[in-house]
Amino acid sequence: MSEDRAVEAYQDTDWLRLDPRTVLVRVVLFAGVLAGAALPVAFGLAGSRPLWQAFAWVAGGAALALAVTVVAETVRFRRTRYRVGRERVELHTGLLVVQRRSLGRERIRSADLTANPLQRVFGLVKLRIGTGEHTSGGESTLELDLVTRAEGERLRHELLARVTATAPEDPDHDNALAVLDPRWIRYAPVSFVAPALGGAAAGAVMQVSEWFGAQGEVIDWIGDRFRDVSVPWMIVGLILLATAAGAVGALGLWVEMWWNYRLEREPGGTVRVSRGLFTTRSVSLEERRLRGIELVEPLGVRLCGAARVDAVATGLSESGDDRHTDLKTLLPAVGRETADRVAAQVLREPEPPTGAPLAAHPRAARTRRLGWALWSVGVPVAILAVLGLLLTPVLLYVAAGCAVVLTPVAVLFALDAYRGLGHGVSGAYLVTRSGTLRRATVALQRSGVIGWTVKQSYFQRRAGILTLTATTAAGAGAYDILDAGQSQGLTFAAGAVPELLAPFLEPVPTTEARST
Amino acid sequence: MTGENAVRLRPPRNAVDERAVTWWRSRLLATTAVPVVVLAVLGALIGPARSWLLIAAGAVAAVGLGCAAFLPSWWFRVHRWEVTDDAVYVRTGAFWQEWRIAPMSRIQTVDTSRGPLEQLFRLATVTVTTASSKGAIRIAGLDHELAAGLAERLTVITQATPGDAT
Repeated sequence: MSEDRAVEAYQDTDWLRLDPRTVLVRVVLFAGVLAGAALPVAFGLAGSRPLWQAFAWVAGGAALALAVTVVAETVRFRRTRYRVGRERVELHTGLLVVQRRSLGRERIRSADLTANPLQRVFGLVKLRIGTGEHTSGGESTLELDLVTRAEGERLRHELLARVTATAPEDPDHDNALAVLDPRWIRYAPVSFVAPALGGAAAGAVMQVSEWFGAQGEVIDWIGDRFRDVSVPWMIVGLILLATAAGAVGALGLWVEMWWNYRLEREPGGTVRVSRGLFTTRSVSLEERRLRGIELVEPLGVRLCGAARVDAVATGLSESGDDRHTDLKTLLPAVGRETADRVAAQVLREPEPPTGAPLAAHPRAARTRRLGWALWSVGVPVAILAVLGLLLTPVLLYVAAGCAVVLTPVAVLFALDAYRGLGHGVSGAYLVTRSGTLRRATVALQRSGVIGWTVKQSYFQRRAGILTLTATTAAGAGAYDILDAGQSQGLTFAAGAVPELLAPFLEPVPTTEARST
Repeated sequence: MTGENAVRLRPPRNAVDERAVTWWRSRLLATTAVPVVVLAVLGALIGPARSWLLIAAGAVAAVGLGCAAFLPSWWFRVHRWEVTDDAVYVRTGAFWQEWRIAPMSRIQTVDTSRGPLEQLFRLATVTVTTASSKGAIRIAGLDHELAAGLAERLTVITQATPGDAT
């Protein structure tokens, strides 16, 4: 930071207000939510009294709630002010009790902008400033809700650009690591989002029809459509319909999420993801916060040879704050080669660590997975069979059918899960891979490993395998190496992170005497 | 699994306090007693379901007593801890065993806690947390004076260690 800028920053200690249109945006949003809630309530009330009366009640209640909101939002706006000083960023807010929060500028690691369609109409953005620390109570983030886009961008640059002055911005130079390729959309319908959306759509149809007391008619109507076909075909038809709806929904969601996607490296050592069709998001990630990369391949996406890239960074808490889970995604599902290339570029590595050859796990790991597979099929089948013997022979046929169909599927999953297991070291990174429905390859900086946890169940002790868990400050907090060979796994862990595990290892006496 | 250079984790040097066995046992008995008493009282009051409720109470009591007789001594054999100049090393568990290692340089906080039962047995639990959301290490069943000394020692060492522990 140059001398002038420092002085400027020091003097820039006036308290600033949010944009006044914040009140309008929030009231409009609340009015929308209110209208959405009021309709079903009105129809619900209309069951016991005349329609006009129900609507009058609801309208009165809504008007009152709206008035309260207007007052509350105005008070909140008047009481909210923020200040970006040289040392600290401060925010005073609160409706009844004034909350004062301040973050040391040195500790600020992220400044993310989001704007939903309504906010975009008014040219406003929400700015989240985070320190990237795991604290209970979430005291480590400030949220400016809302400021103008220009002010948001200015603050983002000011807060994150520590070395901007030394590395002048070059508008002509293209720092993009990846930009949207519309062909990537072909991986959208094979994600797990599609069936979930399909199920949700079917559920929503039922729920809405129930509000209007028309659920029976809807079911009858569906029954009429399928009058000429047998029940199994009707079920197949409905499932196909829901799947198609889910696929369309997934495509739509993908476009919403990833439109205008751009992953770029910014001066000042940050990686920035900006994307979004209606709701625009800009997520900045300081590179020194980055501890690694996770290459995620959900089953459908993996079968199409694609993978998603997530960041493993400190301060992107996964648990507790569900709203921000998608912040860690750096790249949507794309072809595996592109994913590897982008992963390497983000980490500034010549070769992608996620593509490194990995050591396979001992056969005992496969036996274990096959065992689980057979148990997971065997137990329900056995229950069905016992019930069949006691109640009706139909269940016996169902049990036999389940056993015949599910056993090969389970065995296939087990073998695939075993094939997915692997661990290794690639340069400065510890790489571990596991999972079948959601295969994840994690490349974690070896210097980012801040502890080891070794777990061994009774069965694992007998099979001579163990599960190693590298704990880290970043991402999920811990990454597993499942069912590695006892001796080989420990040697590997001791080698991957020097001087951490080694002092606690001892040679196994040749006359094998297992510990308690 | 015995090869040329086969290794395994050695047990940490220190056992927990012997009073921990009694503490664990009382805790198991207490947690068993609550549902057993509730079931037995309900069984005494509700005539039609009496036999089922009493059988359930008996089953819970049997399982609880079995655990109380068997588990604490197993835990005592497994639960061990060690603090070197560089790391905290703990082994816990019984059926599922767990070894946890946290280097001194990554330790963020050191807490001691004493529940009511622990106070009765003059025991304490030392919890060592690192920057990882999943890396906390608990050493339970230490003599309370030893625990206080240990926490103090760990605090001094970690404060002397540079770095932001992430």
